[in-house]
Amino acid sequence: MYFNSNNLSAFINDARVRNIGFQVLIIGALVFSVWWLMDNTLTNLENRGKSLGFGFLVQTAGFEISDTLGTWLFDYEVGVSTYTDIYFIGITNTLLIAVLGIFLASIIGFTVGIMRLSNNFVLKYFATVYVEVIRNVPLLLQLFFWYFAVLGILPGARSQLEVLGGLGGLNITGLYLPAPVFQTGFGVVFFAFIASLVLSYGIARLSKKKQEKTGQGFNVALIAPVLIILITGTTYVIMGGPLDWTFPEFKNTGPIFKRGFQSDTGMVLVPEMLAVLLALTLYTAGFIAEIVRAGIVAVSRGQTEASYSVGLRPGVTLRLIVIPQAMRIIIPPLTSQYLNLTKNSSLAVAIAYPELVSIFAGTALNQVGKEIEMIFMVMSTYLVISLITSFFMNWFNARVKIVER
Amino acid sequence: MNNISIVLVAIVAAAAGYFGSTMTKNEAPAPAPAAEKTETASVEATLNAVKAKGFVQCGVSQGLPGFSNADDAGNWTGIDVDVCRGVAAAVFGDASKVKYTPLSSKQRFTALASGEIDMLSRNTTWTMTRDTQLGLNFAGVNYYDGQGFLVPTKLGIKSALEMDGANVCSQTGTTTELNVTDFFRENGMKFNLVAFEEADAVVAAYDSGRCDVYTTDRSGLAAQRTKLANPDAHMVLPEIISKEPLGPVVRQGDDQWFNIVRWTLNAMINAEEMGVTSANAKSMANDNNPSIKRLLGTEGAFGAELGLSNDWALNIISQVGNYGESYEAHVGPNTPLKLGRGVNALWSQGGILYAPPVR
Repeated sequence: MYFNSNNLSAFINDARVRNIGFQVLIIGALVFSVWWLMDNTLTNLENRGKSLGFGFLVQTAGFEISDTLGTWLFDYEVGVSTYTDIYFIGITNTLLIAVLGIFLASIIGFTVGIMRLSNNFVLKYFATVYVEVIRNVPLLLQLFFWYFAVLGILPGARSQLEVLGGLGGLNITGLYLPAPVFQTGFGVVFFAFIASLVLSYGIARLSKKKQEKTGQGFNVALIAPVLIILITGTTYVIMGGPLDWTFPEFKNTGPIFKRGFQSDTGMVLVPEMLAVLLALTLYTAGFIAEIVRAGIVAVSRGQTEASYSVGLRPGVTLRLIVIPQAMRIIIPPLTSQYLNLTKNSSLAVAIAYPELVSIFAGTALNQVGKEIEMIFMVMSTYLVISLITSFFMNWFNARVKIVER
Repeated sequence: MNNISIVLVAIVAAAAGYFGSTMTKNEAPAPAPAAEKTETASVEATLNAVKAKGFVQCGVSQGLPGFSNADDAGNWTGIDVDVCRGVAAAVFGDASKVKYTPLSSKQRFTALASGEIDMLSRNTTWTMTRDTQLGLNFAGVNYYDGQGFLVPTKLGIKSALEMDGANVCSQTGTTTELNVTDFFRENGMKFNLVAFEEADAVVAAYDSGRCDVYTTDRSGLAAQRTKLANPDAHMVLPEIISKEPLGPVVRQGDDQWFNIVRWTLNAMINAEEMGVTSANAKSMANDNNPSIKRLLGTEGAFGAELGLSNDWALNIISQVGNYGESYEAHVGPNTPLKLGRGVNALWSQGGILYAPPVR
């Protein structure tokens, strides 16, 4: 009825036609740009005699990677392991830094953030100086600083500092610790441990329900650990103790390169990893501290005063009144910091820590030359890791936000 | 309503399809790698162009001591620089008529192919890919290099075969990692590789003791060693685990210029073999030896064949020196690099340096 070909201007000026028209134009432009980009890429690749494909993932890799969690988990061996293994070793090493870094940065960040609000002059100014220095120096420089500081302090490759009363040792080639060797049957013990955790959680929930009803719960703090130790321990004994340890072995004799810690004994944390962890943790903690401070300051002063007036002590006030209210302000920017930490771990390429960008988008890329495929894989991987982090933090946020009754 | 949206979608899609196909028809050939195709008309006349502008534009490194390195006053020295100076001496009779363009390893071939420089003399490894696919020609080899190992002298290591269990530092993204992994596997030895992105980080990590061994090209080791806190406390092991022949490069398609660069290098090597030095070149031009006479232009007309004057080689040797002089002055045992001649000695002295005769 409104489509009247005799009246073109009425058609063009029709609000609904315009709405749809613009949408279609935008979608058309988008589809066209994507198609144009892909077509050009394919044409250029063809001109250079290159092809797209993921066949390289089953080729074996011909270069050595330094000992890390990834190479241990995937049992890396030159000439046997494939580029797929390299990819997963990279992801493992990236995730290791991300998880440990997020954990440690949160602890340090919360501590420093609260210190900045302390009435204690020394604590307050220490925290202020920390935040200002850390936040205002580029991360890459801090990475180099910690790496070469770590290397400068540690004893040489053929001497050691004993740790854990001689069970482990520390020198410039890394921190050597006893390593677990899982025998058959350890899976059962691990399963029992998980089961006991789930059971404890159930008891804790029951206890909470009971407390809400009757005002008295169980002594979960006592029951849970006993239960976990009992169940896991019994299974461990029944399965015949399926866990051995190998201890790092230090030699002082023999050919010069054979002295020092032996490569097949114990477990090693390379100094590159320690430096990356240190730098990323301290850097991100500086930002988290400010987020925490902002969150706490944003909670009305009246809340604290009300709490004091009913007789709660400062520590309890902070823990039960202020922090829970501050959390809803803290969590969204905190999520960003967690994502930043994960992505910043790619700077580790500068100091030879074999994470995803370093070994897969670096060394492997140079050998294989499949730039588009490999960079695409690395980008997708970071995207997935970030989305999972965001998803978890959103869930956490929904849980801790204040439930109004 | 629905009809309208369908009509609109159809119109837009048709338009996009039409413009899209016409646009890509026009644009698809444009991004072809223009820099790598070098058979343009201008390259034929490099010699004339060089003569017209009055200097040789030479691509060098951004600073590799002994090979091409600028001092505080901006004067370039090194064995790669001497090849540039030799070409200038051959063309102009004046070795100082060179202008230098410092290039990174990524820029170097593009700069040569695009005509920004007349020749490239920048510790560049001659490989089949570069020779055949980049539109370039290697005019010879002025340094036979190979990957080697640097170790602290105090460890008492004499051979790379004693390195079982070593921590090895290297730079990532090169063939270095593959070569070193192959070497240790071949010899049934274990090692731990620590691979950095930047060369300076490798040097710093090695200097701090993180690694027992630093591996890269031996000339690179010698040059980087000068950056260590105490260069004398480190030594390069005798083993060479890869072939890296370094030499000057010119554009493909200009045989005259190619010959000039190639024979400048050959003249320097032949001069050493004949005992002609910068000091005695002028007097030896009248020597009884006909080979020396031919080289120095007192017999025959070999310069004219290159499109140069007959005293082309005399100018090279009297102004730049022979190969041995250049080697001793920049990378030899009496320089900070302390590189022995090794395979870079003349064939008559146990090396593999062998230049075709001038005749």
